[in-house]
Amino acid sequence: MPSLGADMEAGTLVEWLVKPGDKVKHGDIIAVVETQKGAIEIETFQAGQVEKFLVEVNSKVPVGTPLAVIRAEGEAKPAAAPAPPPGTPAAPKAAAPPVAPPPMQVPPRAPSPPIAPGAPALRVSPAARQLAAQRGIDLSTITGTGPQGAITYTDVEARLGAAGAAAPAAAPAKKRAPTLNLDAMRVAIAAAMARSKREIPHYYLTHQVDVTVCEQWLAQKNAALPPDSRLLIGALALKAVALACRRFPAFNGFYRENRYVPSEAVHTGVAIAIRGGGLTAPALHDADKLALDDLMARMRDLIQRTRAGRIRGSEMSDPTITVTSLGERGVEALYGIIYPPQVAIVGFGKVVMRPWVVDGAIGPRSVVTITLSADHRVTDGHAGALFLAEIGTLLQEPNNL
Amino acid sequence: MQQETARAETIEITYREAVKQAIRDAIKHDERVFLMGEDVGRYGGCYAVSKGLLAEFGPERIRDTPLSESGFTGAGIGAAMAGLRPIVELMTVNFSLLALDQIMNTAATVRHMSGNQFGVPLVIRMATGAGRQLAAQHSHSLEGWYAHIPGIKVLAPATLEDARGMLWTALQDPDPVLIFENVMLYNMTGKLAADAGAVDIEKAAVRRVGRDISFITYGGSLWKTLEAAETLAGAGIEAEVIDLRVLRPLDDATIMASIAKTRRAVIVDEGWRSGSVAAEVGMRIVEQAFWSLDAPIGRVCSEEVPIPYPAHLENAAIPQAEKIVTAAKAMLGKA
Amino acid sequence: MTAAADKPHLSRAHMLDLLKQMIRIRHFEDKCAELYTQEKIRGFLHLYDGEEAVAVGVIPVLEERDRIVATYREHGHALVRGVPMKAVMAEMYGKQEGCSRGRGGSMHLFDAAHNFHGGNAIVGGGLPMAVGLALAEKMRNGDAVVACFFGEGAVAEGEFHESMNLAALWQLPVLFVCENNLYAMGTALALSESETDIHQKAACYKLAAEAVDGMDVVAVEAVARRAVRAVRESRKPYFLECRTYRLRAHSMFDAQLYREKAEVETWRHREPILRFHSWLQANNIIHADDVPRIEAEVDAEIAEAVAFAEAGTWEPLAELTRFTYAESGRPAGR
Repeated sequence: MPSLGADMEAGTLVEWLVKPGDKVKHGDIIAVVETQKGAIEIETFQAGQVEKFLVEVNSKVPVGTPLAVIRAEGEAKPAAAPAPPPGTPAAPKAAAPPVAPPPMQVPPRAPSPPIAPGAPALRVSPAARQLAAQRGIDLSTITGTGPQGAITYTDVEARLGAAGAAAPAAAPAKKRAPTLNLDAMRVAIAAAMARSKREIPHYYLTHQVDVTVCEQWLAQKNAALPPDSRLLIGALALKAVALACRRFPAFNGFYRENRYVPSEAVHTGVAIAIRGGGLTAPALHDADKLALDDLMARMRDLIQRTRAGRIRGSEMSDPTITVTSLGERGVEALYGIIYPPQVAIVGFGKVVMRPWVVDGAIGPRSVVTITLSADHRVTDGHAGALFLAEIGTLLQEPNNL
Repeated sequence: MQQETARAETIEITYREAVKQAIRDAIKHDERVFLMGEDVGRYGGCYAVSKGLLAEFGPERIRDTPLSESGFTGAGIGAAMAGLRPIVELMTVNFSLLALDQIMNTAATVRHMSGNQFGVPLVIRMATGAGRQLAAQHSHSLEGWYAHIPGIKVLAPATLEDARGMLWTALQDPDPVLIFENVMLYNMTGKLAADAGAVDIEKAAVRRVGRDISFITYGGSLWKTLEAAETLAGAGIEAEVIDLRVLRPLDDATIMASIAKTRRAVIVDEGWRSGSVAAEVGMRIVEQAFWSLDAPIGRVCSEEVPIPYPAHLENAAIPQAEKIVTAAKAMLGKA
Repeated sequence: MTAAADKPHLSRAHMLDLLKQMIRIRHFEDKCAELYTQEKIRGFLHLYDGEEAVAVGVIPVLEERDRIVATYREHGHALVRGVPMKAVMAEMYGKQEGCSRGRGGSMHLFDAAHNFHGGNAIVGGGLPMAVGLALAEKMRNGDAVVACFFGEGAVAEGEFHESMNLAALWQLPVLFVCENNLYAMGTALALSESETDIHQKAACYKLAAEAVDGMDVVAVEAVARRAVRAVRESRKPYFLECRTYRLRAHSMFDAQLYREKAEVETWRHREPILRFHSWLQANNIIHADDVPRIEAEVDAEIAEAVAFAEAGTWEPLAELTRFTYAESGRPAGR
């Protein structure tokens, strides 16, 4: 297929004007090619006999494709592949232009004239300058990584990031689980807590509960269990809250778009502190239906997976009420902030030995302070009091939990 | 002015007269030189630049042409290729568009296309600019367009020395040189050394030394810019004024040295701002003096409108000293 | 200088030379067509087939000091003027051994040594240049002639009229040679000109003007001798309309939708080489082996030129921006 124009890339062979066996001479028109400009007759630059066609009529082929074989007079037929057909780029492509010794440069501008007095010794991009000014960073203390050693925006940012990293970190970084992104988590917590405080009218109630019965029951239960299966009082607390939710659905559901929808299921969110400063409260699904040992096992699993960063999406999105405890840390009472769109959070403090009146006599009893932070748009103190009392009552009968 | 010298004799002269003397000088001292254009002979030149030259040199050296811009510009090209040194006068840049094909496709390209076998040592002079209420078709400033083309050189003499001295150097140049004379400058009067002669056509000139801001300008806008600089001095702002003198090739070194000192630039250009000389200079400053800048580069150019006829509109359409002052003050944060 | 000097010298040697020059151009153009289909020659390619008699009739009449301005269809003009075929072929390839350092290609063949002021890709663009070359000659009181070749398409351009006027008004020594091949690319003359008698247009500007059968190389030479002498002696312009025909398409990429094949075939029977050959045969001027010998010589020269071009080198990239401006130091100011 001959090249007929600077912008011709392919052509369609529409007609042969000769047939195999015909004799042709230099300049004879032998075919018609359809191009974007119309049908153009093409000539042969070889003389000889047409041997065979290599391209079907009406096929579109790129420029340079052999179209036919023309055998010159006296040319013997080779045993193998046919001789290069005419009208094709038989000669090898001309050698590629040699690479010039010095590669072509963009016309270089003369180097900047010697810096006149008063010109800056420091190269700082406008963006970097602005950021440094905003944050009070001394530019002379920064090493630039931009062109010609210029200080760029990211250089100033990096300086700011290093300063931020000096803030107190509770735990050494090496304990951090590989998939946990605490920075993102804190940002999310901050957003949620701020929103909660902005939008939810919290009210707070406190209830002190004698849990001596629980402790005795647990001691007895755990005596027969291996250490890693022993029940903790936290499990009893969780179950009690979950069961109380069944009787008081106003504390177990979601407040969205100006209305409250109670949840059929009770998925208690378990607040879990993560070493390094994180906090999350994934759901223990259907806590009200779980047997205690099952609940305990699942709680252990949840905590372990949380700290390893392997929480499931549903565990994050499903809690209908949250239970939080800082008893281990020695806090007697804690007043939590509700996780929207939930409407309540129950807090458990430390179990403390206190003087208590039982049957008219003062004696030492194990007492825990339970708090309720609840959404006043959904419930009021009266309901909250009843809810808390119910939890306390349930804890008096651990066998029924 | 940088050319203050202790010459014994200076003369009072107009820009127009300076150009005429340059032509006279060239014709007298170089037998290859002749002037060709519409009404340069009997009429004495549209702007009276060549008045009296026909009588002095005769019709062979001062040649009136028919209204055939393309034809006689091409003829100038041919004559230059054959070894003469013609000065083609296109009455104004507005009419040069009729000769654009010859300028761009012949004059600018012959050396390259012929592999350096033929050059075109031609000088084309044109009047340019607005300010005389001549309306849209007679008020263009297209120096920037021509400065876009590789193969030619573009000059904008704004001072008496340059009007007097650039022509000879341009005529000796082996490549095509376009000289733009702003129409508002012809009547300008001033002092010139009596023996003022050829000047270079390569460098920009610092017309006023300053430290707070660099004005970069050329041609008719130079004087408005100097006026603005005086006004600013009264407000405690010392502006440096650079006269580009040569629009192609641009003298980057002079520009960047100034920016290094002042860290601020305003470019004053009578062309429309889009794709103008100002745009080119601004970009070069970004490329070469980015780290020195304290503020974005400013431009004072003609408004994006064909030049209107009534005086108040025409004045508002093209750069004025007040606009230049305003631009500088804004850049320095002093409204 | 009598009229006798105007007549072509009809010797066998001269006749054979005319024939050879035309065949040389024809075969060269053919080879270019072949190389173009193989993408060795790129861009645009405008071939001279059928018009050889014009260049061959006019150009040998010119002297060395005379100048030539031509168009983008100028291979034949360059060759018959004496620009070496190797340099022309290398230029077609874009190699730096080409007559324009490879910078110009097919449409921009230049050769200062032969006063060949180039092909030109702008229709009508060369006419003002020719006027200027002649102006310089006149101002120097020289006696050289400037021959300016162009197609009839150029007469529609303003520059044609401006140039006619300037040449006649200023009395400049230009020989304007209009190769009227009846088509400006794809537009027939009758569809673009109110007055299709081209030389009449020139006559309106008060140039001496005549038309000649451009397919008859002897007739063209006869007219050219007269015209060149007139220009050289009178220092006035002369306009020659050569009526000819373009056998190939405008350029390679042209489907020729604007003319009938029958018309082309009619002209093919009148084409200059065939016609001259027949005339020479009828008058027993050539021998049986003359044409084969000529063709063999021509083909050998062409093969050598192709080999030269193939072996040629590409200009180094580092040289890209050279020759935009002159490189020698400018003479200092006074």
